Amino acid sequence: MIDLVWLIPLFPAVGFLFNGLIGKWLDLDKRVVGSVACTALGLSFLFSILIFFSLLKLPPEARAAVPDKVLFDWIVSGDFKTVIGYKVDPLSIVMALVVSGVSFFIHVYSVGYMHDDPGFTRYFAYLNLFVFMMLTLVLANNFLLMFVGWEGVGLCSYLLIGFWFERDAPANAGKKAFVVNRVGDFGFLLGIFLIFAHLGTVGFNEVFAKAPSLDTATVTLITLMLFVGAAGKSAQIPLYVWLPDAMEGPTPVSSLIHAATMVTSGVYMIARCHLLYSMAPISMAVVAIVGAATALYAASMGLLQFDIKRVLAYSTISQLGYMFLAVGVGAFSAGIFHLMTHAFFKGLLFLGAGSVMHAMSGELDMRKMGGIWKRVPITFLTFLVATLAIAGIPGFSGFFSKDEILWQAFSSNHGHLYLWVVGAVAAGMTAFYMFRLLFVTFLGPCRASEEVKKHIHESPPIMTIPLMVLALLSVIGGYVGIPHILGGRNFFHEFLAPVLGGAPQGTEHAAFSLVRPVFASGGAAVGEGVNMELLLMGVSVAVAIIGICIAFYLYIWKTEVPKRLGERFKTIYTIVFNKYYVDEIYEVCFVNSTKKLGTFLWRRFDDGVVDRSVNLVAELMAWLGSVLRRIQTGYVQSYALGIILGAVIIIIFLIR
Amino acid sequence: MNPVGFPLLTAVTFFPLAGAVMLLFLPRAKEESLKRAALVISLVEFVISLPLFIWFDEGAAGMQFAERVPWISEWGVSYSIGIDGISLLLVLLTTFLTVLCILSSWRAVERMVKEYLIAFLILETGMIGVLVSLDLILFYVFWEVTLIPMYLIIGVWGGPRRIYAAIKFFLYTMAGSVLMLVAILALYFLNGKATGEYTFDLLKLYQAGLPATTQYLMFAAFALAFAIKVPMFPFHTWLPDAHVEAPTAGSVILAGILLKLGTYGFIRFAIPLFPVAAFKAIPIISVLALIGIIYGALVSMMQEDLKKLVAFSSVSHLGFVMLGMFAFNVQGVQGSIYQMLNHGVSTGALFLIVGMVYERRHTRLIADFGGLARVMPVFATFFMIVALSSIALPGTNGFVGEFLILLGAFKANPVYGILGATGVILAAAYMLWMFQRVMFGAITHEENRALKDLNLREIVTLIPIIVLIIWMGVFPKFFFKKMDLSVQNFLYDVKARYESATAPSGAGQGASPATEEVPGSKVDSTIGVKE
Amino acid sequence: MPASVTPLYFFVVSALIFAIGAAGVLIRRNAIVVFMCIEMMLSAVNLTFIAAAHYLNSLDGVLMVFFVMTVAAAEAAVGLGIFVLLFRGRKTIRVDEINLLKW
Repeated sequence: MIDLVWLIPLFPAVGFLFNGLIGKWLDLDKRVVGSVACTALGLSFLFSILIFFSLLKLPPEARAAVPDKVLFDWIVSGDFKTVIGYKVDPLSIVMALVVSGVSFFIHVYSVGYMHDDPGFTRYFAYLNLFVFMMLTLVLANNFLLMFVGWEGVGLCSYLLIGFWFERDAPANAGKKAFVVNRVGDFGFLLGIFLIFAHLGTVGFNEVFAKAPSLDTATVTLITLMLFVGAAGKSAQIPLYVWLPDAMEGPTPVSSLIHAATMVTSGVYMIARCHLLYSMAPISMAVVAIVGAATALYAASMGLLQFDIKRVLAYSTISQLGYMFLAVGVGAFSAGIFHLMTHAFFKGLLFLGAGSVMHAMSGELDMRKMGGIWKRVPITFLTFLVATLAIAGIPGFSGFFSKDEILWQAFSSNHGHLYLWVVGAVAAGMTAFYMFRLLFVTFLGPCRASEEVKKHIHESPPIMTIPLMVLALLSVIGGYVGIPHILGGRNFFHEFLAPVLGGAPQGTEHAAFSLVRPVFASGGAAVGEGVNMELLLMGVSVAVAIIGICIAFYLYIWKTEVPKRLGERFKTIYTIVFNKYYVDEIYEVCFVNSTKKLGTFLWRRFDDGVVDRSVNLVAELMAWLGSVLRRIQTGYVQSYALGIILGAVIIIIFLIR
Repeated sequence: MNPVGFPLLTAVTFFPLAGAVMLLFLPRAKEESLKRAALVISLVEFVISLPLFIWFDEGAAGMQFAERVPWISEWGVSYSIGIDGISLLLVLLTTFLTVLCILSSWRAVERMVKEYLIAFLILETGMIGVLVSLDLILFYVFWEVTLIPMYLIIGVWGGPRRIYAAIKFFLYTMAGSVLMLVAILALYFLNGKATGEYTFDLLKLYQAGLPATTQYLMFAAFALAFAIKVPMFPFHTWLPDAHVEAPTAGSVILAGILLKLGTYGFIRFAIPLFPVAAFKAIPIISVLALIGIIYGALVSMMQEDLKKLVAFSSVSHLGFVMLGMFAFNVQGVQGSIYQMLNHGVSTGALFLIVGMVYERRHTRLIADFGGLARVMPVFATFFMIVALSSIALPGTNGFVGEFLILLGAFKANPVYGILGATGVILAAAYMLWMFQRVMFGAITHEENRALKDLNLREIVTLIPIIVLIIWMGVFPKFFFKKMDLSVQNFLYDVKARYESATAPSGAGQGASPATEEVPGSKVDSTIGVKE
Repeated sequence: MPASVTPLYFFVVSALIFAIGAAGVLIRRNAIVVFMCIEMMLSAVNLTFIAAAHYLNSLDGVLMVFFVMTVAAAEAAVGLGIFVLLFRGRKTIRVDEINLLKW
């Protein structure tokens, strides 16, 4: 069964080829196109589940040692060799499950959402291609094939962000996403070069087996380079700028690519390379700090946005920061856990936003919404569930994963109190802006125009059923990883343990002793760690609830207050509202200066110096000719004179 | 001597010429049948070149399909041809692209069709001749033979400034090759004086073992000729002019094959003839290549004319080729050869595509387009795939080449690898920006609204390229295994001779060559023609 | 022929005629005169040939003279034809007004 892993990416590839070639060529009916696309994904999902259970049957220690399924040699050059091969282990199969599962539901949703779009077939072809690339990424057994998937999802992201290419904004956003991602890929590529240069291989198994022979400086460099790649793909500081713009794509795309799957591949990659990262404490610290900073920074930008999808985009960046915080403190399985729950609830939030847009005739500005919850009850309820999950309210999936990250940020060997504080503050902000979004969009008075109001309606079942499924997952998804402290057995971590190792259990370490005085009065010596975990859990829940309360106060109760606050802190408000002007700064520093340099090199240097000097040589010759040709007067007699003079000279030479 | 017992390589080389002679006897007025005849000739040529690939023995490293007939025996000139894994692939690329070029000229060429087709077929013979020659004089003859048809193609069937461009192309290339001729003669006499055997035989001259200072001068002469052809920064300025003025098929062949003759010249002539100088030149060539990569990309980004943009992107891509070649390790050199093929396929296709849109709109200015994806969806798909191949997206051919080049460069010198990799970012920027301005957005010019999508002939022209792009990206081993041994021996041989020449004790055989790249000893098989 | 008449006399005379002819070619402006000067130079050469032939008792010189005379005749025919055509086209046969042989 496990040997059939190559079928998982194959189905979407076939779906892509079918829809992209035959579907376009014959202009097939939308029902055919939609069913082919969804069936392909369904089969992928099915095979992921089957392989998951086959893996589960194996004893835990054998699960990480399943031999790779190698299809054929890819690039072979001298001592460099890569294969097209797939790796099945708990980590990759969890990713495959999440990717194929969420993709499947989003495909189904898309059939309804994109129903009236003229590019329906193209859309599904791209979407299938994306899933193929994403599955290649997560199932690859070597760095280079992973890189194929890595750039491949970037390509699909480009194509799908720019799906409505007639408008400039999507086309620009797509290009921006691709180019910024390429900057990250540049780092990834250098990481691969370094790995090959030092270890002579790029296969995961060989690399990780040989990794202990590396010295710390090298491994730090490698991991930092890989992190640049991860930061590009997963929209971390300073390469996050493409993600908010990526919201120009169709909403299910934002949901699938820019929330649930593609953007999390950076987290997956770091988890995959956890052995390398564990050897490089500096890199770990960098990952954790960048992650925490991104979590806070992006959350702050989400506070003031009015575009639903942009709020969600910043929220995604912020949550990705959380995941990086997790892997950065060595809590790799916690990062993957949050990746999974985030895929459920953030995918759901975007789909919900899409459903709202569907109801509101395409409106995205939440100021023009409000009070629609009765008209779109399923959307509202599922949205509420997702919001509760992301806010970390106990009982919902986000609570388990987020709290685990926060606890690890504090308690792990690589953790630090400050990391926890930043994470907790970001959690509070998240709760605040998510509930602000919920309140302003669904509750309160309706501010939509009469025309729009008339058409507000719930989405068809094909869209609401995926919403409900994801809502269910957003609730129960967390129960696979109930922490021990709450009496769970943390099945998720156990499952991943063969790959990622046990979660770092820290009760005695620096960070802990650092804060001990603070809590000294409350904590007992025995079971201090346990109490501390509960305490922090309580604090973070309290922070979330405070956030919700503020949102309630500002947007339900005293709705005039936000405006007053905005007036009061005008400078800060403007800066944050304009996203710290980072886009503008980048525009000036990188885009414009590159363009200016290009123009300079072309006009001044290439035309003015290089080509000029070439033409100067030609002109010199022409000038020389114009001088020398004066000897030829055209008068017969001057030629005769020349002949005679020549003859005389020759004669003189001869008779001498 | 020859696995088929038939002078197959001669047939492949001269068949287009014979075809050109045949075209002479067809009436000038029947343009359609002239085109058909030329197409058939080029197709047959392609088909008879395929056995070269099939029967090529990848387990043997020496020259295969070799033929050798004395030509001017008093001077040691012989008609000596043969191919190894490196030239094999380029020969096939030539025969492949010529077919597409003739297909693409169906509508584009309106005057003097007969002469045009004849020029193309002669050009094909010239290019294949350069690739198969194993005698310096023969090589030089073919090298110059390629110039004249190309000069005519640009100068007669080109755009408004065609005369300027053609003369610039001709004189610039000529200036380099004359120096090369001098170096060839000097090599002939010096080698003759040293060994007593006056010969132009390339494989014998490999063993000349000239003193280092002489090598520097001769390498400089050869390198200048080839660098102009490649073209390497700062000798590239003839290229944009030539490309802009040349007719579509001319640009395709120019970018696809003629430029490769320069890089091929390095790998077949300049480096193995003068290994000491070549190794000493690594920093110079690599830095020029890097400048070419980044500079070409930056200048390309700001171009307003599509063809000029592609021309500057060629400068960037050829920079990669040179960078990989002068990494002097298996990955770099193989990547470099593969990138030659890639560039021929992808950039050739880009020129075809620009030509297709030019035929419809009679403009190549980016500003005159916009929103074409809506009216020409099939065209958009082809264009997109080719553009992605050009920016080296994994899964396409471009990635395999550029990755190996950068890997090789990184191994040789990490700084080169890092700087080269920035070209990958810039490539995405200029290509996608161009693509966006041409294909995306709203239609801003009314003339574009009525553009017809590709017709069957155009689709047939492009499909082989698309198939090749994907095939070369997914199954590169198919091509790599043909050149593997040749490249390894090239490296082994060049390094061994470099080491023996620079070994302090002067005992050539005693010095151990750099074997870290190439396991086993195969040095003897490179030298002689495979009998 | 008296013995005192040495070949030197002939050579001096022919050299003088040749020099006069050459000077005429260089100085005179009328193409026909120039032409006649050329004929003079040829005649000077002929004279040298004849004289040399006589004194060397060889027929070679005489043979050359026939060649020269043939060429001169042909030249005269072609040259005068050119002058006629030139005069038709340009209404002049002054060589300083004809500078078509330029560049």
